[in-house]
Amino acid sequence: MLSLVFFLLFIPLFALAGVYAERKVSAFIQDRLGPMEVGRYGLLQTLADIIKLLLKEDIIPSLADKRLFKLAPLIIFVAVFAGFAAIPLTPTLIGSGLQVGVFFILAIVSLDVVGIMMAGWSSNSKYPLLGAMRAVAQIISYEIPTGLAILAVVMICQTLDLQSISYQQGIWINHYQHLEADQNYLFGLKPLGIDITLVGGFLTWNIVRMPFLSIAFVIYFIASLAECNRAPFDIPEAESELIGGYHTEYSGLRWAFIMLAEYGMMLLVSFLGVILFLGSWNTPLPNLGYLALADWTSGKPDTLWGQLTSIFWLFSKTFLLIFAQMWIRWTYPRLRIDQLMYLCWKVLVPFALAIVLLCGVWRLWMV
Amino acid sequence: MVLLLFYFFCFLIVVSAFLMLLTRHILYAAFLLLLTFLGIAALYALVGADFLAVSQVVIYVGGVLVLLLFGIMLTHQPVGGQPSAAPQTESRNLWWGALTGIGFFALLAQVIYKADFTSKAWIVSAESQKRLLNNSSIPHLGANLMTHYLLPFEIIAILLLVALVGATLLASRKS
Repeated sequence: MLSLVFFLLFIPLFALAGVYAERKVSAFIQDRLGPMEVGRYGLLQTLADIIKLLLKEDIIPSLADKRLFKLAPLIIFVAVFAGFAAIPLTPTLIGSGLQVGVFFILAIVSLDVVGIMMAGWSSNSKYPLLGAMRAVAQIISYEIPTGLAILAVVMICQTLDLQSISYQQGIWINHYQHLEADQNYLFGLKPLGIDITLVGGFLTWNIVRMPFLSIAFVIYFIASLAECNRAPFDIPEAESELIGGYHTEYSGLRWAFIMLAEYGMMLLVSFLGVILFLGSWNTPLPNLGYLALADWTSGKPDTLWGQLTSIFWLFSKTFLLIFAQMWIRWTYPRLRIDQLMYLCWKVLVPFALAIVLLCGVWRLWMV
Repeated sequence: MVLLLFYFFCFLIVVSAFLMLLTRHILYAAFLLLLTFLGIAALYALVGADFLAVSQVVIYVGGVLVLLLFGIMLTHQPVGGQPSAAPQTESRNLWWGALTGIGFFALLAQVIYKADFTSKAWIVSAESQKRLLNNSSIPHLGANLMTHYLLPFEIIAILLLVALVGATLLASRKS
């Protein structure tokens, strides 16, 4: 319940800060100043924009399918929001501790597609329909490399439970049920004989536990950009050719909901990437002899200090990934649709398949 | 609480299925189908079949329904240059359809009534041990798929592969 309230408040706040950060990052990359007028350093600019959006007229085109048009933004937002139910915030705080967390988030992403389609169709206009078609084709295609990259992690961790995956990547591994007797070895390999269960830090992150998962992480990150319709995969809303893609006809509050869902999606895929590959809420600093950095920077799971540190690490890693998303958006040009499909089917999918195979073999060595 | 939720989702499924039959607007029918699928997934989740519930959403909503919507949108030709004319169906075989539906319902209801699930030995034992809802179904599902049901599992895999290759072949054929 706490998790629900937290995300309900946090996602709009994040969207506010995210839009501001996006403008400042883009300004920095393009050697501009960005918003400077409203508040100090333009800090209140997005707040002013939100107030403007709330006061705007809610325009519904007269030839649009009104019922579906009104419903679509809600479906898009609810679908993204539901995904946060399975995200573990701290070792004990998770919306729903369901055993199929990873799989659930994958299902939620596919629900999002239905909302986008509804928005594109019901607008009854050329640009939204084209945008929706592109969005759906793109999201469905990129679900495959995403799914395969996630599958590789699931094979290494042997669970679909996001909290269990989190615990496995740190020094508190033995504090979770069914993991009491588990040991972490360097690169996950027992024959090497280097026990790092109590060392922790980045050495027990999934990308180090199984080094090929770092390639899987790159695949996941690229595919996740496409799933959020972010540049360089933003052909569904390519503003120079489609105006706004599937949300061209939306205005005011409904448009704000679509934007909120978009930033929520960025947050969701970044959270998932951090949890699956980058050690979730575990500290990146390992215990090195007398320098017990991991013990100092992460408290026991059930203490207040443990909660605070884990939330701190999870969020700093997530925000780093979101910064990378913005950085990529403002440095790479948009892909053409054939380049997009080429990248997905001929580059990402074969690599992801090879990594799934490698993970199977690696798992045999890990036992 | 659970019972209330159960009836709520049952109501959702029945109403959306019924409206799906009544509407002539194909896209409305497809979106009502979405509600039916989600309701069924919720029912699975309520009885503790977590994996099945999520599979239902992935396969039916993410796969079948999106394909259906995509098909309607791509093949739909606006009638007489009026883009707002949504694709519609006409209702045919009304009486035969209703008769088949009601007959099937009667048959199923009778079977379920006669089966008397509450006195089945394994259900009674599972209920007394309270194991049913606390355990995930995935480990058993995975172990069984890889041992007892390996052959059907592999046959399905090959079937899907054949379908995939066939679809690619059909799509790449130059006319």
